[in-house]
Amino acid sequence: MSKSIILCGVGGQGTILASRLIASAAMKKNLPIKTAETIGMAQRGGSVFSHLRIGEADTPLIAKGQADLIIAFEPGEAVRQLPFLRKGGAVVVSSRPVMPVSAMIGKSTYDANAMLTYLKENVEHLTIVDADQAAKDLGSAKTLNVVLLGAAIRSGELGLDEEEIIQAMKERIPEKLWNMNLQSLAWSK
Amino acid sequence: MHKEFLMGNEAIALGALAAGVNLVAGYPGTPSTEVLETIAKRNPGNVYVEWSINEKAGMEVAAGAAYAGARTMVTMKQVGLNVASDPLMSLEYIGVKGGMVVLVADDPGPISSQTEQDTRTFGMFSKVPVFDPCSVNDAYEMIQEAFEVSEKHGTPVIFRATTRVDHGYEAIEVKDAEEYKSIKPEGFVKDSGRWVIFPRLSVKNHALIEKRNVELADEFSAYSRNVILKEKQPCKKGIATHGANFGYVKDTCKERDLRILRVATPFPFPEKLALEFLEGLDEVLCVEELDPVIERALIYVCGKYGLNVKIRGKKTGDIPASGENTLEIVDAAIAKFLGESKVPKGDALAAPPALPVRPPVLCAGCPHRASFYAVKMAMKGQKTIYCGDIGCYTLGNAQPLDMCDTCLCMGAGIGIAQGVFHTEPDTKCFAFVGDSTFFASGITGTINAFYNQADLTLVILDNSTTAMTGHQPHPGTGRTVMGQVVEKVSMEKVLRAIGLTTVETVDPLDYALSVETVKRVTAEPGVKAIIFRSPCIALTKPSGKSAVDPAKCIACGKCIRELGCPALILGEDGKKAKIDTSLCTGCTLCEQICPVKAIAGGTKNDTAKEGKANE
Repeated sequence: MSKSIILCGVGGQGTILASRLIASAAMKKNLPIKTAETIGMAQRGGSVFSHLRIGEADTPLIAKGQADLIIAFEPGEAVRQLPFLRKGGAVVVSSRPVMPVSAMIGKSTYDANAMLTYLKENVEHLTIVDADQAAKDLGSAKTLNVVLLGAAIRSGELGLDEEEIIQAMKERIPEKLWNMNLQSLAWSK
Repeated sequence: MHKEFLMGNEAIALGALAAGVNLVAGYPGTPSTEVLETIAKRNPGNVYVEWSINEKAGMEVAAGAAYAGARTMVTMKQVGLNVASDPLMSLEYIGVKGGMVVLVADDPGPISSQTEQDTRTFGMFSKVPVFDPCSVNDAYEMIQEAFEVSEKHGTPVIFRATTRVDHGYEAIEVKDAEEYKSIKPEGFVKDSGRWVIFPRLSVKNHALIEKRNVELADEFSAYSRNVILKEKQPCKKGIATHGANFGYVKDTCKERDLRILRVATPFPFPEKLALEFLEGLDEVLCVEELDPVIERALIYVCGKYGLNVKIRGKKTGDIPASGENTLEIVDAAIAKFLGESKVPKGDALAAPPALPVRPPVLCAGCPHRASFYAVKMAMKGQKTIYCGDIGCYTLGNAQPLDMCDTCLCMGAGIGIAQGVFHTEPDTKCFAFVGDSTFFASGITGTINAFYNQADLTLVILDNSTTAMTGHQPHPGTGRTVMGQVVEKVSMEKVLRAIGLTTVETVDPLDYALSVETVKRVTAEPGVKAIIFRSPCIALTKPSGKSAVDPAKCIACGKCIRELGCPALILGEDGKKAKIDTSLCTGCTLCEQICPVKAIAGGTKNDTAKEGKANE
């Protein structure tokens, strides 16, 4: 099996934990895994991404047009990474935009609805996760990463099933948070 | 052996532990920081680890221990090597007894650095052998070999990785702690003819170093990580590459048939292996990041041996002169080199709407924002210069704060402010420096400015940690990376000992007091200091968050427009302010500047979180 997955979002949204969960699950299946992450200055509210390659690969980086799946924590960031998606690949995207400070103070513009429209027009295999509804149902916005991971499992392009992700989660997340995370993982069902 | 999913820097650390490293020193800097942190975390108990106050101090500590026969490592980012270059240049002439690895992380792009300098070139300049790993697994094994080479030849060696190796992750096989080498240092043996650098010793050792490096080049030609991947069908074209680019070349050449040379030790250059690679070729493309090191070496080899091989790369414009390479850049360069007609992959997408612009910004509730805003308001209407420095607070340059007029290198802001003062004495000169940066390289500049009669205000932004690199301790924090609680070095006492008479410490989250303090202190002559002390938000637990009362908010937009806090957003009506409670830390700065007191509810909580921040 080989899968190329991109996770993207804004610094602080929890993309790295989601990337670790996928990697742990792949490792437990004895699959080779390589990833590349954004670490450092960009974490302060900048655009961040992780590239993951499951299966034999010479580099963790994914070339344009080669990703099987993009898990986007933010609509604009999904559009930014879209050139990496292969034809027929899947996109799982959170509907909730993160407004950049530059847009709040009028130094730039950002129309998140236009991003979602663009994704609908250009991605056949698209799952939009209503992040506000999920946060309301779950009582917290903090597990958005796990909600998205659940939707990614159901996209069929993650290459890992729910049980495998749950096992990885139980190893990385304290027991008192299991319930919350299991509900989050199942939310998009 | 067991399998672990490791970051490149973690693998380097575990490799060093497996090699029996006895002492590790370093200064934090992206992308090198996790090496030393992992040594501290996975310390079997017998390794001395320290965050030194800067790279020069770390280099000297590691050298001393290596003189005494210990295996040592010093860690830093590429610009850190500039700080440590003085001891390194001389150390190469003296040599070491125990194996010593200088771990330097280069940053093509640059993603988090001031320069795109290439430590391979620094190796050539300092005559220190250089190792250049290509993947997480390669780095794990190679660092163990680097210690052996260092010890065998009695020289420090440079182990330089780049961001994609340092911050790449891979599931790899690593040794169990029981399999680690055990090194018992012999101790320092007095011998002034060996350890004391004098001109006579330097000229003698210089000759020996040059001779050794020729021998080492031959040794490296047989080193298993310097490899030639042979073509299947006879070909006239080859690719020479290194580091992470080796992976890009292999990935993009799966369906191409070429001869590929991977150079794992760029200095001393494995000349014999290069000759074997060049045999029968007409043309070579050098796929490199940062400097054209291999390209120059191959041009030299061709000249030396009279080979008629055309060497292409950065010098011929076939590979970009600057920036980080990508799979697309490498693929396109190789396609052009082979004369392939380019078939675009996949369907071209329609042009997307304008993408959000996201430069990094100060976090919501960051005390630096309050410090900058207080100085900005206090100095309104006056002629000023705000000299910045290296750290999170460089982000004070962003709109709307716009409080960083210069930034050069660690600690430079103080000297720059002094230079501006001597040229235009009517300007109110400020130097902003963080707590860790002050200890690393701000004290010298402060003494220089004080003694040479400058007039400037030193503003220390003390958030009680080294925030940008992930919250490492420093001498002002009172704890060490080994977890010891130790006596803090007091900035106030240091400044007063230098001779400054005005040294005021204030909580920047008290807005009125901060503005008043800045006005009062800057009116004093000479060098004076304000210490804005408030912990990094990642080290404290937010309690009460602020909220906007829509009935009171007059939609003036002042809070959003002047503070640029990511937690301040527009409400549903698109006019009145609203607080994003997932980001607000309750710093209360917006409450204090709201003209109609429409924001309330924030309570600062200074109790430290347990353990390290969750980066």
